[in-house]
Order: sequence, then C-alpha cells, then structure tokens
Amino acid sequence: MSLLEVRDLKKHFPIRTGVLKRTTGYVYAVDGVSFDVEKGETMGLVGESGGGKSTVGRTVLRLTPATGGHVTFEGIDVMRASRPEMQKLRRDMQVVFQDPYASLNPRMRIRNIVGEALIIHDIGTEAERKQRVAELLEIVGLNSEHAERYPHEFSGGQRQRIGIARALALNPKLIVLDEPVSALDVSIRAQVLNLLEDLQDELDLTYLFVSHDLSVVKHISDRVAVMYLGKIVEISDSAVLYNHPQHPYTEALLSAVPIPDPHTERARRRIILEGDVPSPANPPKGCVFHPRCPRPQEICTTAMPRLVATPGADAGERHQVACYFPARFKEGGRYIADEPFREALPEPPS
Amino acid sequence: MAERLLDIRDLSTYFFTHAGVVKAVNGVSFTLHRGETIGIVGESGSGKTVAALSLMRLIADPPGKIVEGTLMLGDRDLRALTDAEMRGVRGNDIAMIFQDPMTSLNPVMKIGKQIAEAIVLHQDKGRGEAWRMAAELLARVGIPDADKRVDQYPFEFSGGMRQRAMIAMAISCNPDVLIADEPTTALDVTIQAQIIDVMREMQAQFDSGVILITHDLGVIAEISDKVMVMYGGRTVEYGPVDEIFYNAHHPYTWGLLASLPRLDATEKARLTPIKGQPPNLITLPGGCPFTARCPYRRPECRDQWPQPESVGLDHGVSCWIPEEQRLALRAELPHSKAPAA
Repeated sequence: MSLLEVRDLKKHFPIRTGVLKRTTGYVYAVDGVSFDVEKGETMGLVGESGGGKSTVGRTVLRLTPATGGHVTFEGIDVMRASRPEMQKLRRDMQVVFQDPYASLNPRMRIRNIVGEALIIHDIGTEAERKQRVAELLEIVGLNSEHAERYPHEFSGGQRQRIGIARALALNPKLIVLDEPVSALDVSIRAQVLNLLEDLQDELDLTYLFVSHDLSVVKHISDRVAVMYLGKIVEISDSAVLYNHPQHPYTEALLSAVPIPDPHTERARRRIILEGDVPSPANPPKGCVFHPRCPRPQEICTTAMPRLVATPGADAGERHQVACYFPARFKEGGRYIADEPFREALPEPPS
Repeated sequence: MAERLLDIRDLSTYFFTHAGVVKAVNGVSFTLHRGETIGIVGESGSGKTVAALSLMRLIADPPGKIVEGTLMLGDRDLRALTDAEMRGVRGNDIAMIFQDPMTSLNPVMKIGKQIAEAIVLHQDKGRGEAWRMAAELLARVGIPDADKRVDQYPFEFSGGMRQRAMIAMAISCNPDVLIADEPTTALDVTIQAQIIDVMREMQAQFDSGVILITHDLGVIAEISDKVMVMYGGRTVEYGPVDEIFYNAHHPYTWGLLASLPRLDATEKARLTPIKGQPPNLITLPGGCPFTARCPYRRPECRDQWPQPESVGLDHGVSCWIPEEQRLALRAELPHSKAPAA
C-alpha cells in the first residue's frame, strides 16, 4: 500500500455572478488526477500557473474540500474522515507554504508559532513543549534563543526554516511543500533545499513537492508529475521524465528553461509554444493541450487522452503519458505514426 | 568597436533613512555599447535595480540620492541635465521594462493610449498617427489582433501579453538603451521563452543596447554578452558571459553557480549553498560586503574594498585573494568546471 493514494481527484470552484451569486460556471482547477506517493519518496508536481498543482496539494490535505475522487492516507479515506479522525490525520500530514512573509503571524513569537500545534494536540507539559520548540529550531538550523523573537526579525530564508520547524512539530509522515523555495534568493534556496533533503533522511519523511521550477523539482524529486489545466499529462521517475519526456508539453517546458551555461544555451533549440494557457474555467475540448500543441491531430480535438503507460518506455508502467502521439512515435523531430496510440483512447480497445 | 552608448563611472546611490544610511549602490562602473546586452545579476538587495533607476534618475529624493559618479549617455552628462531635459531622455533615449506589468501599466487607460502617450510626447506626431503606430507596435511584438487589442484595457491582457505591451511601449521611440528589470520573473516558463524571443528580435531590429537585470543565471547565460555580478551594492566581478560562467574569479560568483539546481545535471549531486544570510546594507563594513559569508576571507577584507583587478580581456574582479591562490582554490571546488576550450 502506498502512503498516499489519490484517485480521480476533482476540485471545481464555482464561479458566482450577479447579486444573487448564482453559479454560472466552474473553474476546473483539478480535473481527474490520480497518483500514488510511496513512503520516503519525494513526489514532484510541476507545471505553470493555473495547472492546478497547488490545489492538488491543498485538496489532498483537505484544506479545501474536493469535488470528487478519493484520497487515501495509510488506508484511511481522508475525504470522509470524521472530525476526531481528521485531527489525528493532521498530525501526520503537514504543509509548508510558499510565502514565508504571509504564512507566519507577525504578532506571534516564534515559540508560539512553532509550538501552537503541540498545544492544540495537547502534547507534553509547558516545559516539555518549550524544550521541543528549542529542539525544532536547532533541527532547522536556527538558534534556540530565536524562540522569543517575532517573524519580522528574520530574513526570508530564516522564516522559511521557521515554517518548516512548525510543520515538523508533530512528527508528520507526509509534508506538502507548496513552492517552498520560490520566494528565496538563489544562495538561500540551496540552503533550504539541502535542509529539506537532510530532514527527509533523518526523519523518514515523505514529500509532495509543488513547484513551477523544473530545475528545483528535478533536483529534489524521485518521481515527477507534470500538470496542465487540471490534468496530469505525464508522470514518471524523475530521471526518465527529464531525459525522455513523452508529452509535447513536457518537452516544451523542459526546452523553455534557460540553463546557466552559455555554451549549452547557444547549442539548444527551443520549442516556443504559442499563446497563453487557456482559462481553467473554459478548458479546451478534447486534449487540454491541443490548442498550444506544436503538432495537433484531428483526434486530439475530440477527447482527452487517458494517462497510460507507453510501451517501450524505460520505466515501464511507472512512466505514463496522456497523449495520442507521444514522443516515442517520433523520429528526427517528425511523427512517424499516423495512427494514434490506441491505449490512450478514452474507450480502450478490449 | 560599436558606438559607446553609456559610460557609468563610480556610481554611488545611498538612501538616508531613520535607521541609517543604506549604501544601495556603491561605486559601480560599466559601459554599454550599441547592440550589446549586459546582464546585471545579483540577489535581492544587491543594488541591481537601484543602479538602473539611478541611470534614469528615478531615485526618490529624499530619501535616496546619487551621491557620486558620472553617468554619460553618449556625450551628455545625465547628472547635469535639468529635470525637463531628463524627461526628454526617459522613454526616448533610455526606456525601461519593469518586472510586474500589471502594476506598471495604468489599469484605467487603454493600452493604445498608454503607448501613444510616449509617441506624442517625444515625437512630432499627432494623436491619430500615434494611435496607428501603437497598433503597429503591438503587432510587431507579436500580439494577435493588434487592431482590436490596442483598444483594450490592461486587465483584458494576460501576463505575457502585458509584458509584450510594455516592450511595445519601451521601443516606441526607438531608444538607444533599453533597461529590462526582471522582465520575465513574473511569467511562466513557456511565456518567458516567448518574451525573451521578442526582446531579442527587437534588439536586433533597433540595434539598441540592453541592460538586463535578473537573478536568473539561466536567462543571463541565454542572452547576455557581458555580465556584472553585484553583491551588497558592489560589483564584485564583471566580464564577458563565458568568462563569468567558465572562468569566474570571485568566491561569490563561484558560490552562486554552485548553489543552482540544474536542469542539465546528469547525476543527483548535493547543492553547495553559500552559508549565512544576505547582508544588512546599513551595518555593512567599509570593505567587501561578502566578507561575512566568504569561506576564504582574509584580515584585510572587512575594512578595505579591493580595487578591481584585470584578470582577462574586459574581465575584472574585486577580491583580496591573490590571483594564483584564487585559481588554486577554484580548482578544488566540487562544482568547478574546467574553463571552456
């Protein structure tokens, strides 16, 4: 059993207009997402704004109720857990947010920010809690004397360490990291990434790592799921996904990231996608990516392809792609197949 | 040699605050030639944006002040110009693209009018003519249906299109110098690729000089000819882009390159971060601002700023470590890359 199982997860936000706030439509933020996260691994969720990756993180934690689907954590149905069950689950599932300025209450001392969860879950005496906070601050590379200070006395990198200490307070099993290093400078980002890796080893943590930064996700993840308009379009082991992307969106994303190496840059050919990401309130019919796809075919406009393993891919069943014409059907930059990949059809041939 | 557009010597811009004097830019020099792109790279608070705003004389006074330096645009001394003359320079000779196109466009003014405004102001054109030119410019930066789009408001544009509109506005008067301050930082990576493409094309067409301010070394590697690395208000190293990436001499430049997670990494290697926190610009000692975080600091580093030393063609570094020792240290770095052949 995987630590976390997500099946056909959906989150549709209603759009309400007019004085009566009638629902006139939905933003399909997450639209049928399935994946597993194994104990001790880091699962990266990557994609551009509006892809739904942050919403997946929040829905998995039930910080926002899902519209449909299932989330199972250690065999417990997170969506339908009762209040007391949920409180127990919250000890095991924690979160670190992107903005270290907005996610710490400016009027609370660090002692209270980090120790609040201990009080809520009624853990230890006051002296023990104080001891635990000091210990947590040391774990994340801060000083136990910092406990009496306020958030404004810290730099961005230090604040993110405080946010991590808070997430660790209850000895969680899973931490959802929602763009945890995006607001940090390069030199500080590396410090925090190393800290996250160390903590994972020492405390046997499992991460769901949400980020738009493909280099960071590659660095930290064991497996990666690429999201576009509420769907996972490709999922695989990190090394396989980055070296042998199958979905045209993954290919384009990877080719768009500038590499800090002038020689490599001069030699690269970039796939420039045209236009913008369509609104998730009005996603395209058929494959969500077809309006921006460099080589859309007629079938792409009819139905969203299923996320299925591509035969011959290195990672076997673990490498799945939602495309009728994945890259392995390509030779010298041109598609050689004139027939779509049948397994990806919505009604698979029996 | 191409025409020299800008010659900046010893620029220092300070902010006089209640907490103390913030030396945001401290003795920065560089030149920019026609057709050239110079990348200014540094982390938050390194002074890269203030340096650019100083060029435009857009520093709010008080609390800010350009306390020293000469800013030559061709043969004109920008510091000696009157405010009225300076307004003639902004947008006309030097134009700027900002990071966040939503806050830098006027939300209640039509896109076309915002672009036409600069044209009417700087060129001898009527409103109708300027409006038509605005539509043409939008088409040139790749906005579809430019004739219709010109009549819309910023909220009707996506982030990428707003940045295209900003570029259209910046190039409207064919400026010699284009300053782009983190032009793609707020954008998604596929949109970033589009915008970089447009900027490149526009530069080739207008043959302007570009100052690109960014914290992203990938973007620097992609489009810069020369690079200036800033830390704590100082230029710690400058040089041609290949020199900075393959033959860096300053410990901070090494640190920056080693702390990057890279898309082209073939194996999972641990990152080497720079230890410590960014400097407080008020309490900075007079010497090298990187001293506190530098693993190789020496007694003289704290109090004396090392004059730039030439270590190659157009490549300079400000560091007290003697060159020989520097090269030996660099050879031992885990991430060191042999200088390219």
